[in-house]
Amino acid sequence: MTLAQDKVAAQGYEIVTRLDFSETTFLLEIRHAALARAARAGQFVIVMSHEEGERIPLTLADFDRGRGTITLVIQAAGKTTREMQETCQVGGHLHAVVGPMGIPSHVGSSKKVVCVGGGLGVAPIYPQARAHKEAGAYVIGVVGFRSKALMFWEDKFRACCDQLIVCTDDGSTGIKGLVTEGVKQALAEHADIDEVVAIGPPIMMKACAATTKPRAIKTTVSLNPIMVDGTGMCGGCRVRVGGKVFFACVDGPDFDGHEVDFDDLTQRLRRYAPAERRALEHWRENCRMRGAQS
Amino acid sequence: MAKKKTIRTIPQDRTPMREQPAGERRHNFGEVACGYALEDAQREAERCLFCPERFCVQGCPVSIDIPDFIRKITEKDFRGAYDIITATNLLPAICGRVCPQETQCEGQCTVGDSLEPVAIGRLERFVGDLAVAEGWINIPPIEANAFRVAIVGSGPSGMACAADLAKAGCDVTVYEAFQEAGGVLKYGIPEFRLPNSVIDSEIGKLIKLGIKFECNTLVGRLFTVEQMLGEMGFQAVFIGTGAGYPSFMGIPGESLDGVLSANELLTRCNLMQARDFPRHDTPLELGRRVAVIGAGNTAMDAMRVSLRLGAEEVHCIYRRSKAEAPARAEELHHAEQEGVEFHWLTSPVELLDDGKRGVRGMRCIRMELGEPDDSGRRRPVPVKGSEFEFDCETVVYAIGTNANPILGQTSKLRLNKRGYIEVDEDLATSIMGVYAGGDIVTGAATVIEAMGAGRKAAASIKRYLGLRDSERVYRAAEPALFGIGERNYVRLHQSVDA
Repeated sequence: MTLAQDKVAAQGYEIVTRLDFSETTFLLEIRHAALARAARAGQFVIVMSHEEGERIPLTLADFDRGRGTITLVIQAAGKTTREMQETCQVGGHLHAVVGPMGIPSHVGSSKKVVCVGGGLGVAPIYPQARAHKEAGAYVIGVVGFRSKALMFWEDKFRACCDQLIVCTDDGSTGIKGLVTEGVKQALAEHADIDEVVAIGPPIMMKACAATTKPRAIKTTVSLNPIMVDGTGMCGGCRVRVGGKVFFACVDGPDFDGHEVDFDDLTQRLRRYAPAERRALEHWRENCRMRGAQS
Repeated sequence: MAKKKTIRTIPQDRTPMREQPAGERRHNFGEVACGYALEDAQREAERCLFCPERFCVQGCPVSIDIPDFIRKITEKDFRGAYDIITATNLLPAICGRVCPQETQCEGQCTVGDSLEPVAIGRLERFVGDLAVAEGWINIPPIEANAFRVAIVGSGPSGMACAADLAKAGCDVTVYEAFQEAGGVLKYGIPEFRLPNSVIDSEIGKLIKLGIKFECNTLVGRLFTVEQMLGEMGFQAVFIGTGAGYPSFMGIPGESLDGVLSANELLTRCNLMQARDFPRHDTPLELGRRVAVIGAGNTAMDAMRVSLRLGAEEVHCIYRRSKAEAPARAEELHHAEQEGVEFHWLTSPVELLDDGKRGVRGMRCIRMELGEPDDSGRRRPVPVKGSEFEFDCETVVYAIGTNANPILGQTSKLRLNKRGYIEVDEDLATSIMGVYAGGDIVTGAATVIEAMGAGRKAAASIKRYLGLRDSERVYRAAEPALFGIGERNYVRLHQSVDA
């Protein structure tokens, strides 16, 4: 295998598909055959959209060994992701894509699994659901959206889940309420659940872990703190789990949801909030200037 | 030749190197040490006695023919000096800047017994910089063989190993996880000590040797070491991934905002150019008062970067005394000149919360030195009742690193108890055809020691592949015996045995 085939010299990694799920959420499919071949459920990549960009960790939403591509689902929130939403188009390139990073999720020992994805976690829970299904487990998918119009990948989830529970904030489809309502329903219907896997914002993973705690069901969460290198070198991604400190990039990203200090994680995710606001303002200002010139 | 030089006839004082004044440089990222001008270099070269003992060469981890290249400088044959250095060290502009010469070549210098030693490092840098400016490059005639060798990590050990193997005719590919090659030289060492342009020009020379660099490649995860030897068709692999994983102390308050490792601070600033935020997207927020824990070279770099990023006060907190500080004397001196405040015999016990998740300071305890410990240094012991509070908004940990776990997680490589890769005297690992060197074997050390390990591993890999040793083949002036000068043949084997 040659990596050189995956990237056109100096251009980076080609974007082969873009899909917009909503005003803020969009999908990029990127050509990277070696990464598609190596990737396992639960792993992530670090992306730099351009040479002056920052390195941002994104959990893999899909990988297709046949097509030689990986898929990322991105929510335009800060400067980098908003800029990507504006600039990343089919035929364009990302400056850097490196991975797969992190220890792959442990798949195979649980016979009945609930895979929960909320908000940004809906896409990255998909490879987990698929992997558990392929390993022979009974898979219950629980996915949450604000409303029916923002829902995506229902067909993909239905293809790998034995049961799919959809939750919406406004009740426009499925259960009205947060994904924890879906988890409660799954727990009520099944007495023999071995594991709950939850990916989403810290507050959602915390709520899922709290839901499963009384029944002491193994609960795995995927943490996505601020990182620079993603290879264990900067220590920026350190998280507190069971009173000990771990680096999410090389010791995770999966951890025991009942042991994770989610408040610490939430706070540490805000570490650069003032700088991020400045970056966003600076970028908007530049956009306005560019707009005024053209 | 003129009358034999003696310690009495040579210039008595070491030729000073021009430096940016401390008051100015603490506000910019321009190089601190400006290098020798031509006449400085010639004057300093005259201080070498060309003594027969050549202790300096023994002090050099890569055994540069130091007196020979200095002699060329006295003869104004600068290209000749460059040729001699590059016979053993491809990267003089880097080593001349970052080697701890005072404990290596200059520490052994005969002149140093009675006067200040010859400034070998400054002379090496002079030659290296001249070569960059003049575009000199020594590409030996390379006889390609059919062997493919992979190098994991593009830092100093990987670069040195790659260069030797490429010269021996191997098809060499260097894999780097970051988006740019250079490893610790790029992410770790700040530009005021080693400009990125110098690193890039030295890497350019490696590319001209035919070495391929593949960035954005996390070996172990994208493919394993075992896969490299199998389906990817490499006959040998060298691992030079560095140490990395930064240590914290485990005291309360370490997850507060404003607490970070020196690696994070330096990577954000040096590699990701956070100092140019928001033009570059990577942010780095420092408080008005920065406290750096530790007194090694990384700590000095972190402190001096903090000053340049605009910190008003920078404090060094170290549990032992100045005499035990592991930093190079020159780095410590530069940090002092630039206004860093040193707090010797002081250890933090708690980082204090400002109530908004930030740091408002640290509680420290005074230490005193007790009995010597395993490292031979006197062990610091807390002084009861000496706790005090100290105000700061940013705390940087520079207390060392642990082994990076990725290759251990993804291969059958045998590791030692501390997680570093186990090797034999040839730097061979537990997997046939796989060699390792640098910090991932020894724990944190210096750039030149890593380069020395890279070269030693290259010699082992050449033997493993059954290649004749081409180390000195291309010095046409010397009579070759089966392609190997006899004198050098002996020396090579000494250095491999050492």
